[in-house]
Amino acid sequence: MAHEITFYLIALLTLAAAIAAMSLRNLVHCALCAAGAFAGLAAIYLLLNAEFVGFAQFLVYVGAVAILIVFTILLTQGVEMKSSVALVSPSWLTGLAITGLMLACIVAPILASPSLHRSAPPNIAAPVKKIGEELMTGCILPLETVGLLLTAALLGAVVIAMSDKPPFQPKTAGNPPRRETQEEVSLR
Amino acid sequence: MTTPLSHYLVFSAMLFSIGFAGAVLRRNAVLVLIGLELMLNAANLNFIAFWRYGAHPGALTGVLFTLFSIAIAAAEAAVGLALIIAIYRHRKTIQMDRLDSLKG
Repeated sequence: MAHEITFYLIALLTLAAAIAAMSLRNLVHCALCAAGAFAGLAAIYLLLNAEFVGFAQFLVYVGAVAILIVFTILLTQGVEMKSSVALVSPSWLTGLAITGLMLACIVAPILASPSLHRSAPPNIAAPVKKIGEELMTGCILPLETVGLLLTAALLGAVVIAMSDKPPFQPKTAGNPPRRETQEEVSLR
Repeated sequence: MTTPLSHYLVFSAMLFSIGFAGAVLRRNAVLVLIGLELMLNAANLNFIAFWRYGAHPGALTGVLFTLFSIAIAAAEAAVGLALIIAIYRHRKTIQMDRLDSLKG
């Protein structure tokens, strides 16, 4: 019973945080709510006895991805959004209809299937030692590939985000000739 | 563990729909990326739930797949945010409906 109540509470909080992350106007608030949704999902992983995945989710999403998102928001247009700017695209009604249709198409088969209403077998755990052994024996090729992918993604992100201009421009000798400002032109 | 599996799946479907709605409806590119991350997380939750309720939970396949999925999602987020910064530097905007140079 306590398990059920915990699940519903966390699920409700996570859904509320996700809805807030997708609908608020202030972008930093959106990023914080997204971090809250990620943390709620980490708690649900803990509830499902997948401790290692829960902590990995917390480290990667709440720690790294949320910080990246905040950095991007602050490096682009900043926090302030004028209230005159529309939040959603002009064809939002079509998008909302498609979303509702998709949700119905996913949820209806889940509720209709009798085999998905089973409860969990007891005492199932994923100990870290076993995960490590499995990663280092059965999944060694995917592990190496993911390492390569992360390296390539890191280098690619740096190259893409790097400025085209050289960061240091040597000063030319003497000041460039000063141009007349608009006021001086109008005074003349 | 009396919560049936279908509740986890319905929760995951709702989270996926919220992320999809954000990715489709919002005009800001950063929020589109957050929506994508929410959709990926919903898929990960399905992996974990099916592992926990599955017939062979000793195999750890769901856990391992989720770990790889999290790593790939992190790489995707880094590259996506770098792309957004590059686009902002060239176009001075990250509103999705104004990035329509390829429109015929």
